[in-house]
Amino acid sequence: MMSVPRTLGAVVAALLFAVGLSACEEKKVTRYEAGKYSGAPVTSPWDSPQYGGKQAEWEAAVQARTQGQNDYTRIPAK
Amino acid sequence: MARMKFICDANRCIECNGCVTACKNANEVPWGVNRRRVVTLNDGEPGERSISVACMHCSDAPCMAVCPVDCFTRSEDGVVLHDKDQCIGCGYCLYACPFGAPQFPQAGAFGARGKMDKCTFCQGGPGKGSEEAQYEKYGQNRIAAGKLPLCAEMCSTKALLAGDGDVIANIFRERVTVRGKGAEVIGWATAYGTPRGGAAPAAGTEGKK
Repeated sequence: MMSVPRTLGAVVAALLFAVGLSACEEKKVTRYEAGKYSGAPVTSPWDSPQYGGKQAEWEAAVQARTQGQNDYTRIPAK
Repeated sequence: MARMKFICDANRCIECNGCVTACKNANEVPWGVNRRRVVTLNDGEPGERSISVACMHCSDAPCMAVCPVDCFTRSEDGVVLHDKDQCIGCGYCLYACPFGAPQFPQAGAFGARGKMDKCTFCQGGPGKGSEEAQYEKYGQNRIAAGKLPLCAEMCSTKALLAGDGDVIANIFRERVTVRGKGAEVIGWATAYGTPRGGAAPAAGTEGKK
């Protein structure tokens, strides 16, 4: 059976060990998360008076317009 | 679904500033603010290059990440928009943006900073209001009319392309293929290629068109 001073010493040593180990803890990393949009909702471009929610029609118009920037197709090869 | 992007072909840009003027005029952009600018590298030296820069509507936008009031959002077609009713004009987005796109008008007599203003890809802004109020805040909404941003549509050399990223990337790829050279060569034939099905322009005729 251990004497009281030895038991006390063991407890103190265990405590010091635990405190010492806690110093080896990993540094806390701040994790940034994307915030939630706080503004007013954005209307879809096809929800306009001109297209009235017809997404396919709007997309076709924009695609044609975008392709119109290709001068190799606008000016046919001779 | 289209994902709207800009591409500027530095071989074609002639630094006319037409895109800057068109944007400024069409959207009645406040004094001191330019939503689009033309940047010239090696100005006045052989091989100078100009490129038209505005908000690039980033897929992972840093302005959106740093905004303390989260006033940025992305529309269904990939355009980065911000709500001016939420913006506090702090300027974080200006420091975060690698293109210098966010601009701040002077709001008062003592240089107080107004709410941020930037390119909206001619798509107006969030929220619903009267057409006049929306125009005053964000400018024209050409996208809702099936049109493209005015800066690109009126670019005389078609250096500035706007629209679905896949489509304009294909247009640019075709140009590079037709040129058949790297970006280090300058001149008409490099920018516009040789006529298809025809002979290459005779020596010395380059730039005389």
